[in-house]
Amino acid sequence: MKLITPDLGLVFWMTLSFIILLFILTKFAWKPIIKSLKQREEKISDALSAAEQAHEEMKQLKFSNEELLKEAKEERDALLREARQVRDKLIDEARVQANEEANRIVESAKESIQYEKMQAITDLKNQIAVLSIEIAEKLIQQELAKDDKQDKLIENFLSNINFN
Amino acid sequence: MKTKVLKSISYFIFPLFVLLFFSINNAFSETNDAGTQPNKKEKFNAGKMIIEHVVDNHEWHIAEVGETVIYIPLPVILIDNGKLVVFSSSRFHHGEESYNGYKLDAEGKIDKGKYSGKIVKLKEGTESEVASVPLDFSITKNVLSIFISCLLLYLIFISIARRYKKRGLVPRGFLQSSLEFILLFIRDEVARPIIGEKKYEKYLPFLLTVFFFIFFTNLLGLIPFMPGGANVTGNIAVTMVLAIFTFVITTFSAKRSYWKHIVNTPGVPWWLKLPVPLMPIVEALGVFTKPFVLAVRLFANITAGHIIILGFMALIFIFGQFSVGAGYGISVVSVIFGVFMSLIELLIAFIQALIFTLLSALYFSMAIEEHHEEEHVH
Repeated sequence: MKLITPDLGLVFWMTLSFIILLFILTKFAWKPIIKSLKQREEKISDALSAAEQAHEEMKQLKFSNEELLKEAKEERDALLREARQVRDKLIDEARVQANEEANRIVESAKESIQYEKMQAITDLKNQIAVLSIEIAEKLIQQELAKDDKQDKLIENFLSNINFN
Repeated sequence: MKTKVLKSISYFIFPLFVLLFFSINNAFSETNDAGTQPNKKEKFNAGKMIIEHVVDNHEWHIAEVGETVIYIPLPVILIDNGKLVVFSSSRFHHGEESYNGYKLDAEGKIDKGKYSGKIVKLKEGTESEVASVPLDFSITKNVLSIFISCLLLYLIFISIARRYKKRGLVPRGFLQSSLEFILLFIRDEVARPIIGEKKYEKYLPFLLTVFFFIFFTNLLGLIPFMPGGANVTGNIAVTMVLAIFTFVITTFSAKRSYWKHIVNTPGVPWWLKLPVPLMPIVEALGVFTKPFVLAVRLFANITAGHIIILGFMALIFIFGQFSVGAGYGISVVSVIFGVFMSLIELLIAFIQALIFTLLSALYFSMAIEEHHEEEHVH
């Protein structure tokens, strides 16, 4: 019978102990522990969402990086192409200019050669003329050394002149 | 991992051997007692031994070596006609002597065991006539066990609460990690889904206190010697108080629909309510049977566990009476079964604490439920 009849004393002490236990544990254990656990859960979920966000940002960054790289590549290609074009153009221009210059030089050389030639020919002509005169002079001197030849020349002249 | 399991099993085997030893001493002392009375040789009474171990006691029995009993005398506090009387239980000499007219009827000899285990005031000059029964507020074995449980709970949980403040929010160590796991289990698997997101926080401290009190006390009860061994949660007074707490909280937090549900149960044919209010009577009874069942379930489960283990141990001495060899022989089987039962009890210690908490949470949720009414309005 003692097994199933509650003792008054035990009921009293149990009630008292349990009320105190409930009060003290609630105040000094459950509330701080549950608060801490909640804080931890919030921290974890915050950290997780922050990580997710960072991941997303990284993705975006990587994407924009790739975009940038692509753009840079394109720009580089364009620059190279342009540079090549400029170089070709410069070379062409230089070639044309050089040709022109060469032609000009050749032309002027030709001109000066022509001029020199003409001058030389003129000189030659003059020389020939002088020489001819000198020869003629000497010839005349030789011809006119004899008197009969002088008379004949005079006669010749006189016959050619018309006295009218 | 395997060695750990073996180690933890050995923790339980050791106490069982200790229990076995105590019981042997007990049995020897019984025969010694019998030896002093050669005419009436007292036989080993298994039922008596078991009940003595399961019920409350005014002194904390530790061991008997030969004829000397090792025990802790606990204070006796009586209120007799409004007067407070305090003295040590050692004055009773295990119920053999009376002190100032008070006598502890340990063996249930007065009035055919009517006052068995109780302290009575005897009529002056007599040894077996009861004058009155004073109110007994003694610090008994169970009361001291409750104090020890409470102290343990204070020490453990307040230190854990401090750890969160001091060492940050990361749990460290076996105690904090494992108890936090159980605490979160009660919060996330019991309180939150049953009571609901909005109101569970209000009832959580009570549920946690009830759970850990029952769990710790159950575990302490499994340790077969001081400071454990007392059958606290297997005592009807203790479980009754716990159930009354649940009942009081349920009743005081009950909303209109809870009472309406009792008076006019929805979904029940009218003829069960109108001429004879059968359903209301059943429902009203249910209000009281719920906590009653709560108390009895815990009490019966824990007491049964203790009785079974003690029964196995008693087998040793029953066989030992036939021959000493048979006693030693059966002791191997008894200890194996005792260990097995202890392991099951370990599980029951948790399950019963959980069931009490779970059902309390369920009753609270029934009390504060409101959507029934709204459904009828629509």
